[in-house]
Amino acid sequence: MAPAPSTYSAITLNINGEKYTLPVDHRTTLLDALREHLDLTGTKKGCDQGQCGACTLLIDGRRAVSCLQLAVAAEGREITTIEGVAEGDQLHPVQQAFLDLDGYQCGYCTPGQICSALGVIEEHAAGWPSAVTDDVRPEAGPPPLSAEEIRERMSGNLCRCGAYVSIVQAVAQAAEVHAAEAGEAAA
Amino acid sequence: MREFGYQRVLDVSGAVALLDADPDARFLGGGTNLVDLMKAGVERPARLVDVRELPLDRIESTTDGGLRIGATVTNSDLAAHPEVRRRYPALTQAVLAGASGQLRNMATVGGNMLQRTRCGYFTDVTKPCNKRVPGSGCPAIEGEHHNHAILGASEHCVATHPSDMAVALTAFDPVVSYETADGPGELPLAEFYLPVGDTPHRETALPPGALITGITLPPAPVAALSRYRKVRERASYAFAIGSLAAALDIEDGVVREVRLAFGAVASRPWRATAAEQTLTGGPATADAFAAAADAELAAARPLPHNAYKVTLMRNLVVAVLTELAEEASR
Amino acid sequence: MTTTTQATAVTGAVGTAHTRVEGRDKVTGAARYAGEIPFDELAHGWLVLSTVARGRIRSVETAAVLRMPGVLTVLHHGNAPRVDSDYVGMLGAPDPTSAVFQHERVPHMGWPVALVVAETSEQAREAAEALVVHYEEEPHDVAFSAGHPDAYQVDGFMPAVTEKGDLEAELAASALVVDAEYTTPEEHHNPMEPHAATALWDGGRLEVVDSNQGTAWVASEIANMFSLDPASVRVRSEHVGGGFGSKGLRAHQVAAVMAATGLRRPVRVVMTRRQMFSLAGYRSPTTQRIRLGACADGRLRALDHSSLSLTSTVHEFVEPSAGVARVMYDADAHHTANRVVRLDVPTPTWMRAPGEAPGSFAVEAALDELAEKCGIDPIELRVRNEPETGPVSGLPFSSRNLLACFREGARRFGWADRDPRPGLRRDGRWLLGTGTAAASFGAGAGPSTAAMTAEADGTFTVRINAADIGTGARTALTLVAADALEVAPDRVQVRIGDSDFGPAWIAGGSMGTRSWAWAVTAAAGELRERLALNTGIPPEGITVRSDTTAAIGALAQKERHSFGAQFAEVAVDPDTGEVRVRRMLGIFAAGRIVNPLTARGQLVGGMIWGISMALHEEAVRDRASGGHYGADLAGYHVAAHADVPFVEADWVDDPDPDDPVGIKGIGEIGIVGAAAAIANAVWHATGVRHRHLPIRPDRVLLAGAEAEAERDA
Repeated sequence: MAPAPSTYSAITLNINGEKYTLPVDHRTTLLDALREHLDLTGTKKGCDQGQCGACTLLIDGRRAVSCLQLAVAAEGREITTIEGVAEGDQLHPVQQAFLDLDGYQCGYCTPGQICSALGVIEEHAAGWPSAVTDDVRPEAGPPPLSAEEIRERMSGNLCRCGAYVSIVQAVAQAAEVHAAEAGEAAA
Repeated sequence: MREFGYQRVLDVSGAVALLDADPDARFLGGGTNLVDLMKAGVERPARLVDVRELPLDRIESTTDGGLRIGATVTNSDLAAHPEVRRRYPALTQAVLAGASGQLRNMATVGGNMLQRTRCGYFTDVTKPCNKRVPGSGCPAIEGEHHNHAILGASEHCVATHPSDMAVALTAFDPVVSYETADGPGELPLAEFYLPVGDTPHRETALPPGALITGITLPPAPVAALSRYRKVRERASYAFAIGSLAAALDIEDGVVREVRLAFGAVASRPWRATAAEQTLTGGPATADAFAAAADAELAAARPLPHNAYKVTLMRNLVVAVLTELAEEASR
Repeated sequence: MTTTTQATAVTGAVGTAHTRVEGRDKVTGAARYAGEIPFDELAHGWLVLSTVARGRIRSVETAAVLRMPGVLTVLHHGNAPRVDSDYVGMLGAPDPTSAVFQHERVPHMGWPVALVVAETSEQAREAAEALVVHYEEEPHDVAFSAGHPDAYQVDGFMPAVTEKGDLEAELAASALVVDAEYTTPEEHHNPMEPHAATALWDGGRLEVVDSNQGTAWVASEIANMFSLDPASVRVRSEHVGGGFGSKGLRAHQVAAVMAATGLRRPVRVVMTRRQMFSLAGYRSPTTQRIRLGACADGRLRALDHSSLSLTSTVHEFVEPSAGVARVMYDADAHHTANRVVRLDVPTPTWMRAPGEAPGSFAVEAALDELAEKCGIDPIELRVRNEPETGPVSGLPFSSRNLLACFREGARRFGWADRDPRPGLRRDGRWLLGTGTAAASFGAGAGPSTAAMTAEADGTFTVRINAADIGTGARTALTLVAADALEVAPDRVQVRIGDSDFGPAWIAGGSMGTRSWAWAVTAAAGELRERLALNTGIPPEGITVRSDTTAAIGALAQKERHSFGAQFAEVAVDPDTGEVRVRRMLGIFAAGRIVNPLTARGQLVGGMIWGISMALHEEAVRDRASGGHYGADLAGYHVAAHADVPFVEADWVDDPDPDDPVGIKGIGEIGIVGAAAAIANAVWHATGVRHRHLPIRPDRVLLAGAEAEAERDA
C-alpha cells in the first residue's frame, strides 16, 4: 500500500506572460484557479463539465476547456486567457469584430467564444480539416473558411442568447484581417 | 470530489510502477472524461498519474505501410496528420466528428479508447447502475434507453460506447500496445473491449494497471476509400445516436473488400462482420447493401424506445456504401 | 466647477445602430458577473439536493461532514433560521421552494435539503457530496399525460377559460375540421451563467451580489422572506449572463443569506449546471388539443384550444398556452382553456414567451394543417381570419400590423414561388420544404422610477434599476436618455442593476426596456425644465426623479401586442431523420426599434430559440426515480453553432402611439411561431406532420416508416 500522497502542491502558472506562484488543492481546476485564486474572472464557468465551452482559453497556443484541466497539470504550460488577448488598449481583431458586429448578448459565453475563435483561425491556417470538410485528404488542400466551416469549428461554444449569426460573421471578419496580416508579413 | 495525490511522470516504466503500487491510482491523460467523472463522483481515485508528457506523442509509419499512433497523441493531431488523412480518411472524419475543437486538443488517443459510457444512469451517482455499482441494477432497460444499445447488450447493461474514433479504428483491425509493471503486451482491438455479459463494469481486456502506449494500424488499402458518418440529435458537439465507419473496394461492380463498423449501438464499437461477409464477392448494389445490413442487424435486440436504431443503421449502411460505390466508379 | 449644459441639440440616437456601451468590458473579460466580485473572508456554500422524489427527511448526518477539512457549517431544516413565505410579492406569492430548509417534507427530486459551507469551493463540494441524508421515501407521481385524472382549470395570470358560441354545433357545420393533439416537452432556460449569489452584512445592511432579472424585485422578496426593513437590503446585478425568466428569487440567494447571517462573513452559493435543472425553474411540458372548424374558404367557424401543463405540489404555476388564440384568431365559436396537474416535480416558471411559445406551436401548426385541407395558401388563410378586434375581449388593437409582416416576409423569402405540395423538392440526400407561422406577444409596461442627474461637467447620469441580461437595455436606455435630453449619447452614463436605485419593472414580459425608457424619458423632461431655468449646475449636480405609476395606470384598455411573421426552410434526410434549418426570416411589427444592432440580435436570438425548441430541447424525466435523466448540457441539447444557419430578422414601421418612445418590446416575440414555421416546413419537405416536439431523428424515421406503410396499405 502506497503512503497517502500529498493532496496539495505549490505550483507556478504561466498566464498571459506572467508567472503566478500559488498553492493548489489538486482538485482545483485551472478554471477555478483563475477565478477563485488569481482574480482572473474573464474565463467563465458555464457548466463545469466540458459541455458548453464558456471556459475556453489557450494552452500552448491551442484552445482548451479549463474546467476539465487540473491546475496542477497545467504547470509549465503557456496559458492565454481573455485578459491576455488584447495588446494594452488595442483590441485584438477578433475582439473588435465581436464588439462591432454585436457577436454576443449577455456576454457570458463571449470570452470563450473569442478564445475559441483564436484557435479556429490558427487551426484553419494550419490546414486542419473539420467534420464538414468534404475531402479530408491532404491532396484536397485546406478548405476555405466558409460560414459552414466556422459554424462546425465553433460548435464547442454554446451561446444560449443565440448570437450565433453575428458570432460567425465576426469570426469570418477577423479571419480575413488575420489572413491579410499574414499576407503582409509574408510579402 | 475526493482529495487526491498527483504525480507527473516522464517515462513509461515510472508510470506503470506508480499504478502498480496503488490500486486507487488512475492515469490522467487529457482529463476530458476522467476529470468530468471525478466531479460527478463516478470516479474517486486517490492518486492521479499524469501521463500526458510521456514520449508517446508520435505518429509514425511502420515498415509494412501501416501507422503507429502514440497513446498521448491528441485527437486533434491524429485527425490533422497527413498520413492519417491520406490512408485512413474515415479515422480523421471520426475523430473530427467527436466532441469539440477544444476537447480534441486536450483528449489523447489512449484516453479516447478508455472513454466511459455517457449513459445518464452511469453518470448520475444517485441512480443504480451495474457498470458503476455491480449488482445495483440497470434502470435503463425499464426506463430511459432511447439512445442505448441494440446489439451485444445484456440484461445487466444496455449502455453504448461513446467513442467515434474507436469505431473507425475498429474497421481497420489495429493492435493496441500496452505496458504493465511486468512488461509490454499487445491486444488486437477486436479483443480489446469485452462483451458485456454479467460484468458490465469490466470494459476492456487490459490487465490491471496497464498503460496504453499506442495503437498500430496495419496497412489497409481499402481504407483509402473510407467514410465516417455520424447521426446525432444536434448537428455538432453531441454524441452519436448511430454512426458508421465504412470502407469499400470494388472492381467491375463486385465488392472485393468492405469494412463496416457501427457506433452508438453497442457496448463497444461494433465490427459488422456478418454484413462484410454477406457483401464480399457480391454485387455493389443498394439491394446488396441492404441485405448485408439486415444480416448484421438480425442480431439486434432493440428495447421499446430504441428500435429506430435498426432502421437508422440499415439506412446508413445503404446510404454510405452507395456513396462510396459511386465515388469508386468515378 | 459650474458649467451650463447649453449645447447644440442632438437627437437621432434612437433608431440608429450603436455598439453596446459595456461591449469593451464584455470582449476583454473585464465585465464581472455575480460570482466574480471578490470579497475578503469569502466562504463557499454548496447546496445538497434530495435524492428522493417524495417523502420526508429522517435525519441529516452532519457530524462527519463538520469534521471534514475547511467545513464551517451545515444548514438544514433542523437548524436553519425560520423565514416567511406567506406574503404576496411584486409578482405574487413566492414559490416556497426558495424558502429553503423550513421543514422535513421533500416534494420532488432535487429539493434543497442542506447547504454545506466551507473555506474553499473544493472543500464545500466534497463535503456536500459526502453528507448523508436519510429519507422516508413515499411513492411519487411524475407521469405527465393528457388524460391525467387530477387536472384542473386554473387562472394563473389570465382567466383559465374563455367561451363564446356553440362549439360542437359549429364544428358539426364546418366544411373542414382539424382535430389534433400537439405536445411540447419540459424545457429549461439554461442561461450560460449559472445562478450565483454572494451575501454579506455590511454596516447593518444585507448586501447580495446576485445574477437576476430585477434587483429591486429580488431585494423586496428577500426583505419579505427575512422580515427585514426593505431599506436594509441591497441587491446588485451589474452584469447578468442570461435569464430568460429563470432568474428571480431562488434557493441559492436565500441559502446564502442564511449562511452569511449565521457565519457573519460573506458566503457565495453558485448552482451547478445539474442543480439548475431542479432549482432554476423550467417550462412545463404541455399537451394541447386543437379543434378547428372552417368554411370551404378557410374562414374559421370553430376554434377550440385546450392546454394542459404541470406544476409542483408546493406552488401553482400555469403555462398558459391556450391564451394565444385569444389574440390571434376569431371564430363563431371560440373556446380556450388552460388546465394544470400537480405532480411530484419542481415548480415550473416563466420561460421566454410563457404560453405563447408552446401555444403558438400548436395553433400555428394546426392552421397549417387547415390550409392544407382547404387548399389555401397558409398566409392567405391567416389573411382571411384576421380579426377586427380582440377575439375574446372585443377591445380594439392598439396596432395590428401582422399582415404587413406577412407581405414583407413573403416578398423577401420568395414565398410566391412556393409549390404547396409536400415532398417534392430534393437536394442530394435532403428533402427540402418551407413553412410559415404567425407570432404575437403582449406589449406592456410596468411602473418604474428613475433618477437623472445633470452633472456639473456637462454630462448626465441616469440611475435606474434596469437589468441588462443581454437585451442591450443599458445601451438602449443611453440612447433614449440622449434623445430625450437632446445630447450625444457619449454624454450620458446609465447605471443599472442596483436595488438602491429604487423600484422598477423587471427584465421580463418583454416589458423591461419599454418600462425603463418611459421613466427615463419622464425624468429627462423634468430635468430639461429645471435646466431651462438657467440657474447653473452646483457641484453635486441637479437630480430629478420620475415615477411612471400614474401614467401607466392611465393607459386605455386595448389589445396591445407585437406581431410577426416567421419563415423557415428546412432540409430533412429521410434516411437518418436529421432535420437542418437552412434559413429563417422573421419580420416583426414590434414597436419602435431603439437600437437596430442589438434589437436584431435579440429577435434573431428568439428565432434561434425556436430552432432549438423545434429540433433539440427536451428534458427527460426518469419515472422510476422521479428525477431527470441526463440533466446537463450534453443530455439537454440547445442549438449549437452548427445548427444555426443565416437567420434574418427585420421589422416594419410600428411605433406604439401610447408609449412616449413608441416602444413595444422585443424580448420574446422572436421565439413565438418559430417552432411552428419549422414544423410546417418539415411537413412541406416530407409530407409528414410532426405534432410532438422536438422533431428528433427517431421521430422523423419512425413517422416516415409509418407514412410509407400507410401508403403501401
